[in-house]
Amino acid sequence: MVDITQPVNAAPVGRPAQDERLKETSLLTRLMRRPELGALAGLVLVTLFFLATADASMFTLAGLMNILAPASQLGILAIAAALLMIGGEFDLSIGSMIAFAGLVFGSFVVLTEWPLLLAIAATFVVAGLIGGLNGQIVIRTKLPSFIVTLAFLFILRGLALVGLKWATGGSTQLRGVGGEAGEGWVREIFSGNAFEGLFAWLAANDLIDKFPTGLPTVTGIPVSIVWFVLFALVATWVLLRTRAGNWIFAAGGDPNAARNSGVPVDRVKTALFMLTACSAALVAVLTVLDAGSTDARRGFQKEFEAIIAAVIGGSLLTGGYGSAIGAFFGAIIFGMVSIGLTYTRFDADWFQVFLGAMLLLAVLFNNFIRRKVTGER
Amino acid sequence: MATNAPLIEVRNLVKHFGSVIALSGVSLSVHRGEVMCLLGDNGAGKSTLIKTLAGVHKPTSGDFLVEGRPVSFQSPRDALDAGIATVYQDLAMIPLMSVTRNFFMGREPVKGAWPFRRVDFAYCDAVTREEMHKIGIDVRDPHQAVGTLSGGERQCVAIARAVYFGAKVLILDEPTSALGVAQTSMVLKYIHQVRQKGLGVIFITHNVRHAYAVGDRFTILNRGKTLGTYAKTEIAIDELQNLMAGGKELQAVSEELGGMV
Repeated sequence: MVDITQPVNAAPVGRPAQDERLKETSLLTRLMRRPELGALAGLVLVTLFFLATADASMFTLAGLMNILAPASQLGILAIAAALLMIGGEFDLSIGSMIAFAGLVFGSFVVLTEWPLLLAIAATFVVAGLIGGLNGQIVIRTKLPSFIVTLAFLFILRGLALVGLKWATGGSTQLRGVGGEAGEGWVREIFSGNAFEGLFAWLAANDLIDKFPTGLPTVTGIPVSIVWFVLFALVATWVLLRTRAGNWIFAAGGDPNAARNSGVPVDRVKTALFMLTACSAALVAVLTVLDAGSTDARRGFQKEFEAIIAAVIGGSLLTGGYGSAIGAFFGAIIFGMVSIGLTYTRFDADWFQVFLGAMLLLAVLFNNFIRRKVTGER
Repeated sequence: MATNAPLIEVRNLVKHFGSVIALSGVSLSVHRGEVMCLLGDNGAGKSTLIKTLAGVHKPTSGDFLVEGRPVSFQSPRDALDAGIATVYQDLAMIPLMSVTRNFFMGREPVKGAWPFRRVDFAYCDAVTREEMHKIGIDVRDPHQAVGTLSGGERQCVAIARAVYFGAKVLILDEPTSALGVAQTSMVLKYIHQVRQKGLGVIFITHNVRHAYAVGDRFTILNRGKTLGTYAKTEIAIDELQNLMAGGKELQAVSEELGGMV
């Protein structure tokens, strides 16, 4: 029988003794604990590949903007999708939500002629409510979020089609959003380029390429890229440094253990569903203002691309583990490959093959890392 | 307030789930600095009793006193606020999260003003390292995932967390049932330490040897009723085993097999 009167451990006076069965954690092991490592390595590989095969114009400032613009739109979705996946759920409705939010936004601007700021705010409210509804259905019915949001993938796409026909009298495209939106500081936050003054100054001082007229070839950074970077930074900070971040990991890691420890799991998950819906609304507003119109095919299959980017970024499909900055890199890989192939002599349709292979590799790598982290054997 | 009132006392606790009578008159008490072992076979009503004490279920009838005052918990949070912490066997820790994040899960200390309010991880790491050191678990890196700890270490971390956050009574739900010998002794030693701090412990188990190693008193539960409470001086380990099994059958099997079951 156990002698319980002895102290628990005879050693811990002064420096605790090392367990001789444990090896020192190497720098490599500690690096491997970072979920975004795989995505970063992937980005390096992809960059090396294109440096070797692509036309040199791909890595000019203009080329980089070409890559980053689509990457940023996907990235905004992917970061939100990653947070939700870490929280243990999926949202397959975000692609359709882009079309639906585009319709809602376009209608507020063109049909009711609301001021731009009000129309944008109202679009976010509508999207947030639908996201919240998604979340509540998942939580109350305990059905897999995969099925519930798959239903909303079709519901929202259908509503976007029906609504567009109703709003336009038969067309699936609503035009004139750009004209009605007007100019002003709100418009500048959501469309066009940022830092134009800086780029003009850089061109004037011969620091970046310019046309013979003296205007820079790249007049600024598209605002979607600025949103993308800011969102990645804020999401990473929230995830790693705040209470809400700890609760997201806990809710996805083991909802029962989290509840037993006083984490409001249902509130966390609902908020995350609202966040993914609002990220889709943000992409809708950015793209609709850019194009000046909205149509029913907007955001088609973006839900899968966002989840793929999140997985490449190191998020586990089973929840509880992942990274926002990883999804950021995942989206850039995506943009680099989809745009980069046009700079090479390869057929651009290799993109899909590459994507599938990348996804498979990422999942295998993530599983391996998870076993490392948890010490599972 | 009477200082020698039991930390928890229940009298004739009854709990019905529809037509199922899960508890039909359970009485027990636990005092400061005491390990009260709750013994019972499967289906005796241990889980229902724990969940009632932890605020998950509301009793159908009976008295539930905490430090001499009648209470009625609406949620597990209420029980926690009253100083009753429950450590569930598998549902205490999240393997993919770091030791620090697990330790402070749900009760993270924050610093800074909104919107820059953030968890004070430097403080969390320091506390975690110190608390782990106290119980003799050498956490070289509080950022290592809980999944890398052994089962016994995980139980100890869960108990240490409850103690750190001011529990007066610990309810331990079969903390040793999934553990090997060395790890079991680690957990039992830690339970002994917790008792010496003056906490009350309700130790649920169906392993009489584990119970006898640390227990001061033993309450035996059978078919939703308490068969009785015995002090360690009043009862031998074999008797305890027989009472728990509810008869002589096990004794007979044990003799047939030529050893103790």
